Parts: sequence; structure tokens; C-alpha cells
Amino acid sequence: MRERSHHDMGGLPAGPVDRHEHDYAEWERRVDAMCVLVGNKKLVSVDQRRRNIEQLPPEVYDQTAYYEKWVLSLGESLIQRGLITTEELARKMAEVQNRVRG
Amino acid sequence: MTDKGKYQPLSYFQLMEVSLRELLVEKGILSEEEIAQEVETMRQRGYQRGSRVVARAWLDESFKKKLLANGTQACEELGLEIPALKLVVVENTAEVHNAIVCTLCSCYPRVLLGIPPEWYKSRNYRSRMVREPRAVLKEFGLNVPQKIQVRVHDSSADMRYMVLPMRPAGTEGWSEERLAALVNRDCLLGVAVPKGPND
Amino acid sequence: MSEARYRPGERVRVMKAYPLGHVRTPYYIRGHTGTIERVCGAFPNPEELAQMRDGLPPQPLYRVRFLQKDVWPDYRGSAKDVLEVEIFQHWLEPA
Repeated sequence: MRERSHHDMGGLPAGPVDRHEHDYAEWERRVDAMCVLVGNKKLVSVDQRRRNIEQLPPEVYDQTAYYEKWVLSLGESLIQRGLITTEELARKMAEVQNRVRG
Repeated sequence: MTDKGKYQPLSYFQLMEVSLRELLVEKGILSEEEIAQEVETMRQRGYQRGSRVVARAWLDESFKKKLLANGTQACEELGLEIPALKLVVVENTAEVHNAIVCTLCSCYPRVLLGIPPEWYKSRNYRSRMVREPRAVLKEFGLNVPQKIQVRVHDSSADMRYMVLPMRPAGTEGWSEERLAALVNRDCLLGVAVPKGPND
Repeated sequence: MSEARYRPGERVRVMKAYPLGHVRTPYYIRGHTGTIERVCGAFPNPEELAQMRDGLPPQPLYRVRFLQKDVWPDYRGSAKDVLEVEIFQHWLEPA
């Protein structure tokens, strides 16, 4: 039903709450930090980031972890703002991959 | 010259994090230092300042009145640095129990309480808390009697919420520090209540 | 900023609309009637901020209180239980 966005879940049936807590990985903490910092510098609004999360395909939304969603949304937001380009990101990702593989 | 035993491939998301960070730093938009500083700030931020606000409200009736009228202003008067936080503090009483949720995402008073727990961001909590709060609270071990009104606050826009729990019996004459130690994060979200010496 | 049109205690109904874009009025509350609990102030419109616009002038934001039994026909808690949701003025009409 397109009327209801996938993220807008208040009131839907769901299972028991899993109360297990875990420590976040350093990369996740850095994602959080980058999102806060670009917001503080008024480069990307939290609203824009939220919208990008909401626009994720439902299966991606459901199957990715919290900061996995945040990093995707941050990247999209930066591209939308023209702070980075898709080409720059592609080159950088290839560069990092090659570096990691040694 | 790779040590094959240690090679951990980056996930797509980890690769994305590194790539975005390096681009942002290369372009002078962010620095590695400020990213690291922000990581440390959030790592150190627990819920203790929230507990302290509660203890102060328990001890000081006029502070409590201010807190309930304007949470942000009251905290600032206490000397707390809470940039951009628009805080609403909701009070538990003998007639009312409050609980907090953000059904749309995970809005949370981070600046005061730190990073929210995983369950607060989960589908199951976000979906059910507005619809069957008493059942969810029961899962957290909290049975709210029918005669008490349950108020669920959906953090849907700019405000951020914290619960002011009831002060447990048997704590007369306790210091602010000792009282604050009774209040954990779950009490500040309304999925638990502080336990006093008689409990 | 736009003037706050409603006051605490007034009855309001949330519009039954399902537009596109970024919306902060939860689906489950649309069409329901509640009472203004407080005026939160005025804030830039998140629907516009999400589209990289400035969301100005700031719009009045309210906390609106709803009886759970009015929102969910099968609600099984106390008849007194309530839901309080923040809703922007442009999503509200007098009830």
C-alpha cells in the first residue's frame, strides 16, 4: 500500500522487543559523528538524512543495521548537496578497496 | 604483502564509511580530529546527567516546576550544556505513567542521555509502543495497574522527551548523588521505575 | 513566523491526507481527533528541510493528546490511556 511509507510503522503488529544491547563498532561511531558534524555545520539537515532513509527500498530498510542505513543516507545526502559527486565516490571506493587488499 | 590470516574484507557499508570520511577530509569539510573528538564525546555520554536532573527535581520543588514548564531552560539554569535540545519532561505520579517512543525513526534526547539503545530503534518497539504500551511495558518487567493512566509520547517532531519518575519511598534525607544513582536510563524512558530501599 | 492558531484545550482533527515527500505526521494518527496539550513553539517545516529548502517561515508545532480508545478500536488498556503526538499546524483543523 503506497499510502503508508515503510518507515511509518506506529501501530503495526510486531513481535516481542529484543532488549539485547551491544556496543557499537568504531566505524558506526564515526558514521554517527560525521552525521552530527555535517548537521552542526549546516551542510546536511537531519530531515534530509531522514528522508533518504525513508526512501530506501523496504527490504533494504528491514535487512540493514541502524548505522548501515545512516551511512547510505549520509552518502546520498552529500551527493544531493553537491558536496561530493558520484564519480568521486566511485573512485575513492575503488582506491580504498585496492589499498585494503594490499 | 598481505598477512592472509589477518585480512578482513570491509563490508560495503564499512567501505562507504571510509570513503565518505576520506573525501570529506580531503575536501576540508571535516577533519579527522573533529570526527575523533565527536566519537569520544558520544562514547563518554551516558544517561547520568539525566539522572542528576531527576534527583534535583526530587529535592527542589521550584526547580521541578520549571523543569516541567520548560525542560530546556531548567537544564540550562542548572549549568548543563545541551545545544539545540528542545526538552519536554513528563512527570510520573500516583495517577500517571509516561513512556517515550519515536515511531518514525529514533528521536531521542541524545545530548542528555547519550546514544539510544538498540531496542528503542527496533521495529517491534516503534510499532507496538503506541498501540499496546501496557503489553510492551510488561515485557520490560513493568506492570502498570489499570487505575494508572499510561501516557505514550511519540517524539514525532522537534521536541525530545525524558520521564521524571516518582521518587521511591524510604529515601528521605538522601543526597542528590545517592538519589541520582537510583535512576537508570530505562527509568528516564518510562520502561522501568526506580527501585528504592523498600523495594 | 506564522501565528499559533490553536490553544491548549482546543479540540483539533488531524487531516486525513497521504501526500508524498517527507512527513512527520504519523500515518496512524491521521484523521483522528484530539486536544491541544501545549503549543511547543514554531519550527522550520521538516517537510521542506528534507527537500534542501529552508522550511521558513517557522510553523507552529503542537503536542496533541488523543485517547487511545479513540485511535485503536480494539485498544485493551485503560479507557483513560492517552497518546501524545507532536503535530504541525498545517496538518490540523478545528474539530
